[in-house]
Amino acid sequence: MIVSFRLNGKEATFPVGHPASLLDVLRADLGAAGAKNACEQGECGSCSVLLDGVLVCSCLVMAADVEGSEVATVEGVNPADSSLHPVQQAMDDAGAVQCGFCTPGIVVAAADLFDHNPHPSQAEIKEALAGNICRCTGYGAILRAFEQLAGRDAP
Amino acid sequence: METFYPSTVEEAVTVLEEGVTPLAGGTDLMVEVNFGHSRPERVLALRRVEELAEWDGNRIGAGVVWRRLERHGPRALAQAARTVGSPQIRNAGTIGGNVATASPAGDGHPFLAAVDASIEVRSTEGSRLIPWDEFFVGVKETALRPNELITAVVLPDELPERHAFGKVGVRNAMVISTVCCVVTRGSDGTTTVALGSVAPTPMRAYRAEQMISAQAQPSESDLAEFARRVAEEVQPITDHRSTEAYRRHASGVLARRLLERCLVESAA
Repeated sequence: MIVSFRLNGKEATFPVGHPASLLDVLRADLGAAGAKNACEQGECGSCSVLLDGVLVCSCLVMAADVEGSEVATVEGVNPADSSLHPVQQAMDDAGAVQCGFCTPGIVVAAADLFDHNPHPSQAEIKEALAGNICRCTGYGAILRAFEQLAGRDAP
Repeated sequence: METFYPSTVEEAVTVLEEGVTPLAGGTDLMVEVNFGHSRPERVLALRRVEELAEWDGNRIGAGVVWRRLERHGPRALAQAARTVGSPQIRNAGTIGGNVATASPAGDGHPFLAAVDASIEVRSTEGSRLIPWDEFFVGVKETALRPNELITAVVLPDELPERHAFGKVGVRNAMVISTVCCVVTRGSDGTTTVALGSVAPTPMRAYRAEQMISAQAQPSESDLAEFARRVAEEVQPITDHRSTEAYRRHASGVLARRLLERCLVESAA
């Protein structure tokens, strides 16, 4: 069976022979390696994507279930052009990237937050990122990046 | 692998039979798939069935996600929804999937048990309502037949005046319950207490309920006796998440705390 969907604004198709996750298909079949594979059980958030505009873990989406849907990965958080999304620029400015493995998931989750709520409180930022784990424990800089973007003084 | 994409419940139940795996949010099923514990060959993808996401008063469609329950649910159910997983999980996971999986640690279950909710299921032969205590029959086992689809959870017409949810776990976000609990208290003092993660299925502590419901204004010793009875009635086990002794103790503490929260609100 061939599944058709839109990936970062472009038509994409892939064959489905077994119950693979969307994450596997993105990385192995479609060359979209931004979403990272770590826990495969929805705990780490490194594979976060937007499915029909809703933030989800792509490791928990059955690939066949994206038929007819729209998926945005970190490669597509700023679909209008190739410049950085404001959350990416904020992370760059604040030095909020260490090893970088969690960064794509954090960018997608934060973009989802700021696209809906441009001035989140610190509690709202923490809540929005509760499903994204940084094993470098670089949370301080990540939080400062988004507090600055929200127009708040960093703690 | 064969995938069905029905757009109505009627279409969905025509293909549902032994060997067909319903897929809602995927937050349970895909973990099984990713770890090689499940390899569904025929999948019934339910995301496009809009009527499953309908929520009309006390009838909550099976496809309603935690995110909506968190924002619009009755208080204790909203509190429970708020503690499920992470934003990503709450955007995908559904109340129908939560009851279908029937994990002993299902955070939605104590509320359903505390208010005596029913599970609405449908097959080509029609619909039936299964009371919660007949629906959950064991660890990850339900009374659902292979040709039946969970279509809704149905709450009673009137909910108790006060209700509160609490959960004990090792951290705040992304945590599976060590104990979770809902206490309800009606204006006439009728009290229910339901717990999760302390038995193979969600359970009520009926002896504790009976004792405390008779007390219009429970004293300190009544509250202590309530907690003692709850701790006595639960049937926890020791596993990788906690011990039998800790779960028993935490059940009493948590139930008492939630009852006190209901009592303070009643007085206010």
